[in-house]
Parts: sequence; structure tokens; C-alpha cells
Amino acid sequence: MKHAYTWGAIMAVVLASTTGDVLLSRAMKKVGDVGQVWRSSGLMAVVGRILRRPSFVLGIVMMAVAFFSLLFALSWADVSLVAPASASLTFIANAIAAKIFLHERVDHRRWIAALLVAGGVVLLAA
Amino acid sequence: MTFRKYLVLAGVTLFAAIGDTFLSRGMKQVGNISLHSLPDIFLTILNPWVALGIFFLLGFFASYMTALSWADLTYVLPATSLGYVLLALIAKFFLHEQVTTTRWLGIALISAGVGFVTQGPALTRHPSHHDQQESVSEAVGTRTQS
Repeated sequence: MKHAYTWGAIMAVVLASTTGDVLLSRAMKKVGDVGQVWRSSGLMAVVGRILRRPSFVLGIVMMAVAFFSLLFALSWADVSLVAPASASLTFIANAIAAKIFLHERVDHRRWIAALLVAGGVVLLAA
Repeated sequence: MTFRKYLVLAGVTLFAAIGDTFLSRGMKQVGNISLHSLPDIFLTILNPWVALGIFFLLGFFASYMTALSWADLTYVLPATSLGYVLLALIAKFFLHEQVTTTRWLGIALISAGVGFVTQGPALTRHPSHHDQQESVSEAVGTRTQS
């Protein structure tokens, strides 16, 4: 039972954090280069522009869901299982989601990078 | 990519690794949380290590948002994955854990992944949405040509 709870929580972390990452990335692309906006209009303009984006607020909510799912998973199982499992699956889920929803050009180089990192994260925990 | 932008990526990497280390330490002290006592999860914030971890993760979040404002998600995520390597090195040198051959291999794979992705362009150009993305494309126009 504890096993099913743990993997359920890990899948919740992966789904929520991928959705959150995609939403936040979309919001920040709309805001534009933060450094440029800061230099031209000041820090408050940056904060205002970010907070006005609905996808940013929704992204934060998804990140909060992912965070508390992670806390749950960590209280049921070792960090050496939970952290690499959720992180490495999130790398792969993000590459797929970024291609579909953000239309990023995920070329061979980026696929290889995502898979290498995902594999490396698993090995770190082994 | 300017030096300042690499600094932001370094911030993403460092703050995440330090934040996670503190959070993990705090949750070990708090112990198991059961589904039957859900509100307990909010009380974990009272643990100083958890609070410190959250503070560092806020720093991570600010630099992460900055990076996402001028780089692709599929660039930022692998590029900042050296944090896992950092966690392993913290474990070796500060917590005196054994770093096995398998772990060194994992470190090598992650480093190779970081090397791969940072060779490429940081941002995808969308010619069809050029009007909406004008400020973004302008900012990175010179970098995406590599």
C-alpha cells in the first residue's frame, strides 16, 4: 500500500511540475527579457507584468501541487528514490510537453541532453 | 548568451541544490506525514531547516523565472541539471557519504547532457509569431544563429 502511495505521489509530482513548467515558461516568454524590462521600466514593472499573466498564476498553483505531492512522497519513501524518480521522469515529460505545447524546437541535441540527464539522475541514486 | 545570463543559470543550479538539501534535512526531522492528518503538512514550515530550504527555493524561483524569460524550457532544464552533481559532491565532501562508481557514471552522464544542450541555441525562433515575440527575438537574435 505504501508502495502504491509513493508511486502515485511521484506521478502527481511529474504531472503537476510539467504542467507548471510549461505554463510558467509560456508566461515568461510573453513578459519578455526580464533584464531588459527591469532596465527600461524598473523592478516593479517586471513584477507587475509577471503577476498579470494568468498562466503565471496557474503555473504557481501547479508548482504548489507538485511541491506538496513531493512532501507527501518524501514522508513515505526515501529521498534517494523519490527525488531521482520524479526528477528524471519530469525531464522527459518536459521535453515532450515543450515540443507539443510551447512549439520549442526539440532537436536531437536536446533529446539526447534530456535522456542523458534523466539517465544520470537515476544512476546517481543507484 | 552573455556572462550575466550564465550567472543566472548558475543561480538556478546553486539555489535549487542548497534548498533541496535543507528541505530534505528538515523533512527527516519532521518524520512521516499521514493522509489522515493533512493540516500537519503546513506545520512542517515551522521547522527551521524546512523554512531555510523554502527561502533558498524562492531564490531559485526568481532566477529560474528570469532564465525562462530569455531561454527555452528544454534549454534551461538540462543546462541547470549540474545541481544533481552538486548534491552528490555535497554528500561526498560535507556528509562524507561514499560516492560509488555508478554515481560517478551518473555524474558523467549529466555533465555530458549539460555539454550537449549548451552547445545549441538557447531560444527557438518562431517566425510565424514574430510580431508577438518581437521583444524576445530582438533580445536573442544574435545568439540563435549558432
